[in-house]
Amino acid sequence: MLKSFIKKSRVKSPWIMHFDCGSCNGCDIETLACLTPVYDIERFGIVNVGNPKHADILLVTGTVNHRNKKVLKNLYDQMPEPKAVIAIGACGTSGGVFREAYNVVGGVDKVIPVDVYVPGCPAKPEAIIDGVVLGLQKFAEKVEG
Amino acid sequence: MTTEIILILIAVIVAPLLGGLISGIDRKLTAWFQSRQGPPITQGFFDVAKLFGKEKMAANPWIIFCAWVYLVAAALSVVLFFLQSDLLLIFFVQAIGAVFMVIGAMSVPSPYSQVGAQRELIQILTYEPLLILVFVSIYLATGSFQIDQIMQVEQPLLFKLPLMFIVLGYALTIKLRKSPFDFSTSHHGHQELVKGVLTEYSGPFLGLVEVAHWYETILVLGLCALFWSTNILAMIALLVVTYLAEIIIDNTMARMTWRWMLKYVWSVGLALSFVNLIWLYAKV
Ligand code: SF4
Repeated sequence: MLKSFIKKSRVKSPWIMHFDCGSCNGCDIETLACLTPVYDIERFGIVNVGNPKHADILLVTGTVNHRNKKVLKNLYDQMPEPKAVIAIGACGTSGGVFREAYNVVGGVDKVIPVDVYVPGCPAKPEAIIDGVVLGLQKFAEKVEG
Repeated sequence: MTTEIILILIAVIVAPLLGGLISGIDRKLTAWFQSRQGPPITQGFFDVAKLFGKEKMAANPWIIFCAWVYLVAAALSVVLFFLQSDLLLIFFVQAIGAVFMVIGAMSVPSPYSQVGAQRELIQILTYEPLLILVFVSIYLATGSFQIDQIMQVEQPLLFKLPLMFIVLGYALTIKLRKSPFDFSTSHHGHQELVKGVLTEYSGPFLGLVEVAHWYETILVLGLCALFWSTNILAMIALLVVTYLAEIIIDNTMARMTWRWMLKYVWSVGLALSFVNLIWLYAKV
């Protein structure tokens, strides 16, 4: 019974951490808009935390470049299991308009495993919330599997 | 003997459940103030259950030890309170928990954790003397530190010690880490401190700290309840009003600096205690 309650709680209380890998700020603004009263993601128990050690879900916006890929990897490693990664926007998914730039590595999945890709440039808050929900299902499966 | 065991069980099991519910109501009301919907009031339990299910990651064994000591000290102080024991004993037991929290945060080189620990120390330094003053004034008004004897007063303590209740309110706001006194950690940890003293606590250990915080909420509310122990309805009303005021203050105040806290809380707290005690003596 306790096990199943813990499993249920995971989906009910996802704490997200938001890391900006040098985005144009478009996706960041949309992500933060989720926290405002209009979208109010806290009603699903989602809390925006600033500490990888407390986070369950890592939201990454922007293109990964050679400068910040180490930071991204480090943050990912500091998150305790079970965890999920969500790449936001065209930049997070593939590098977007910046993918040909000389210092750009590409999408987030070049550095750490990604569970959910949220498309859009910028990604809409609704899409981000959908992405988080999908991410939760993914990590519920991961725990069982 | 059996009543004591029942009281201990209530203290150990019911107190944190109540504390968790109060934290949920707190979040719901806060959301309502911001015209949001807010999480369900059982959210605290989901959070803690999830934390217990996470991977155990600790920078060093001290963190684990300190989280446990904090929890045990908080639970023990609530048990002592329910057993109507000595106020001073309760005070020292909860102080041990608070100090171990700081030790845990200091045992890691992380700058956030260090800054949080320093600020937590300053907070402890600010509210402990006031708490002692409150207890001493309760002693002066009732002639005892024993809760069971304090409960026997005919007239609510609030009439004798109205200013001391305000002083206790200051201590309470600092102890519950609410604005404007949330220096060492805040509810929303994406601010400049990240999470202060709680930075290095993660997964199950953060869960332990959270449960300990629920115990502390109950302890602090219990102390407030002593001020109107003659009538159970009035006591509940007093607690509801006090906690509502806490939430409103939390939502309308910005975080201030620790220098301001030290100056303001000490000067106002000491002045209020002074006036109240003189008044108490003038009346006797
Ligand atoms: S996907 Fe578009 S909006 Fe988002 S960071 Fe990239 S360029 Fe900016």
